[in-house]
Amino acid sequence: MGLVHRTVIVASASGLHARPAKLFVQEAVRLGVPVRIRAGERTVPATSMLGVLSLGASRGTEVTLESDAPGAEEALDALAALLARDLDAEETLDA
Amino acid sequence: MPDPARPPRQRLSGLGVSPGRSAGPLVRMAGPPALPAARPVTDPAAEVATIAKALEAVAADLRRRAEGTSDTTAAEVLDALAMMAEDPMLREDAERHAQDGLDAPHALDAAFGAHRETLAALGGYLAERAADLDDLKYRAVAAALGLPMPGIPSPGHPYVLVAEDLSPADTAGLGAEVLALVTERGGPTSHTAILARSRGLPAVVACRGVLDVPDGTVVAVDGRTGDVTVGLTPQDAADVVERDRRERDRLAGSKGPGRTADGHPVKLLLNIGSAADLGPDAADAEGVGLFRTEFLYLNRRQPPSFEEQVAAYAEVFARTPLVVVRTLDAGTDKPLPFLGLPPEPNPALGIRGLRVDRVLPGVLDTQLDAIAEAARTTGGTPWVMAPMVTTVAEAADFARRARSRGLTQVGAMIEVPAAALQAEELLAELDFLSIGTNDLSQYTFAADRQHPGLADLLDPRQPALLKLIALCTEAGHAAGKPVGVCGEAAGDPLLAPLLVGLGVTSLSMAPVCVPAVRDELSRHTLEECRRLASP
Repeated sequence: MGLVHRTVIVASASGLHARPAKLFVQEAVRLGVPVRIRAGERTVPATSMLGVLSLGASRGTEVTLESDAPGAEEALDALAALLARDLDAEETLDA
Repeated sequence: MPDPARPPRQRLSGLGVSPGRSAGPLVRMAGPPALPAARPVTDPAAEVATIAKALEAVAADLRRRAEGTSDTTAAEVLDALAMMAEDPMLREDAERHAQDGLDAPHALDAAFGAHRETLAALGGYLAERAADLDDLKYRAVAAALGLPMPGIPSPGHPYVLVAEDLSPADTAGLGAEVLALVTERGGPTSHTAILARSRGLPAVVACRGVLDVPDGTVVAVDGRTGDVTVGLTPQDAADVVERDRRERDRLAGSKGPGRTADGHPVKLLLNIGSAADLGPDAADAEGVGLFRTEFLYLNRRQPPSFEEQVAAYAEVFARTPLVVVRTLDAGTDKPLPFLGLPPEPNPALGIRGLRVDRVLPGVLDTQLDAIAEAARTTGGTPWVMAPMVTTVAEAADFARRARSRGLTQVGAMIEVPAAALQAEELLAELDFLSIGTNDLSQYTFAADRQHPGLADLLDPRQPALLKLIALCTEAGHAAGKPVGVCGEAAGDPLLAPLLVGLGVTSLSMAPVCVPAVRDELSRHTLEECRRLASP
């Protein structure tokens, strides 16, 4: 199986920080497929909270997800869909 | 439950900052562990195993706390911290250091340190997270050394928490086991005091010597008098807890609007941060006297949009007929990343509150637009006030901008002595005043709210503070306009009659404080209140 990748624009208002970063990493851990995420020169495992934060990706940043593991297509689709949503806006105000 | 030899009865005294009494075994919050000298490593695999165990222990402890709290925001923060402790990059870095010959505590210290620097270098929100990594590092190093974990203890039984002081980060982990808080530092307006009042926990601050009392000693805490009695029997403690429970039950029975014994009405209002704070008890108050809007702006690179603000404000307006909205109260003392304000040498005296408008006028205009729109959509009539108003010109400009948007009830917070001295002139421009006693004390007495050694200057009974409050209430009376108090003093049942005697027309406080204030007011006639207030 070759390298699969998806390029997506970070949609969350606060960028890939705080709650959006947490939701993204949780989903990557849950999927269990090794995925790497790249922004600019920096590539980190999608399961690393500190790595994902260190990308410093604000809203509008282009990031690339990549994986060559079995199940990569589905995992990348799920993670790319998450990044394309504004996860801050979905935060219920009374939560 | 720990059971050390019971020391002789002894009384320590501090400043009571949150009423109520409780008793139980004392547990001290452990400070950060000292990193011992590096030791030679003979078996790197053993160090690697210690590292994995330490990180797992830290994550498990945080998750247990997250599950144990009913506060969803605190649970999210704790969960995110647990994810950092479990971070695979971090663990690999620490393991590599161990393979290279460092012992587990030093390997953890180095790995956390490197990630901390990465985040700090990114600035803004991420730099603020660097402090979280320090906290996690201390926890992991303590676990690797076999020491108690720093932070809020979790002994598995109810206890009285004793600490040097509590930070906002500590308070996220405060669980249901905590009976009362005692700190050696802190003042009446410290984080500890505000948190304790919002949770209804008895609390004493500035209590010298309390850190010397051994863990497990049974103590009684009186959050009204500031007395901490050391060396009780478990039976004594059970009696104190039972008496407090009966007193709370009695207060819970009090209902209805605030009034003195002879029926003089005093509105009892709530201080809230969002609609979430309007719990089931909210119906028992007469409205919201302080709607802090900062929560919308936290952790943001950009200010919240007009639409987002409208939705958040409308949610509150729809729930209660009287709401006093305070426009954004931030600045260099309470920095928000999106404001992009440079650090100042003296932030309490710098750009804060309404002064942010001098550098970023768009923020206030959008907020006023959103408040007006939320009022239109809900059909409500919100009151709106600005924080840190200092001059009549500032008040007039704020009033003009609010009124041009159809907002009819416009006021100012009185936090700066200059504003209190001009209360009459301010009321020529405004419809009401709301006194923030915490900041008014800080600025009148030139005493930092958080300074541990100046708590006596921040006592709300200080005559100079009461004179400034009287200037405001007299101006309000002459103009026929309301003057309320929304600072911490408003929630203190012992101060309420005094404030009413000074002529204050409403008291706004944490929801948990309402029953005790209502009860105390109902025991005094207006004449008695006035006698308390006369010098």
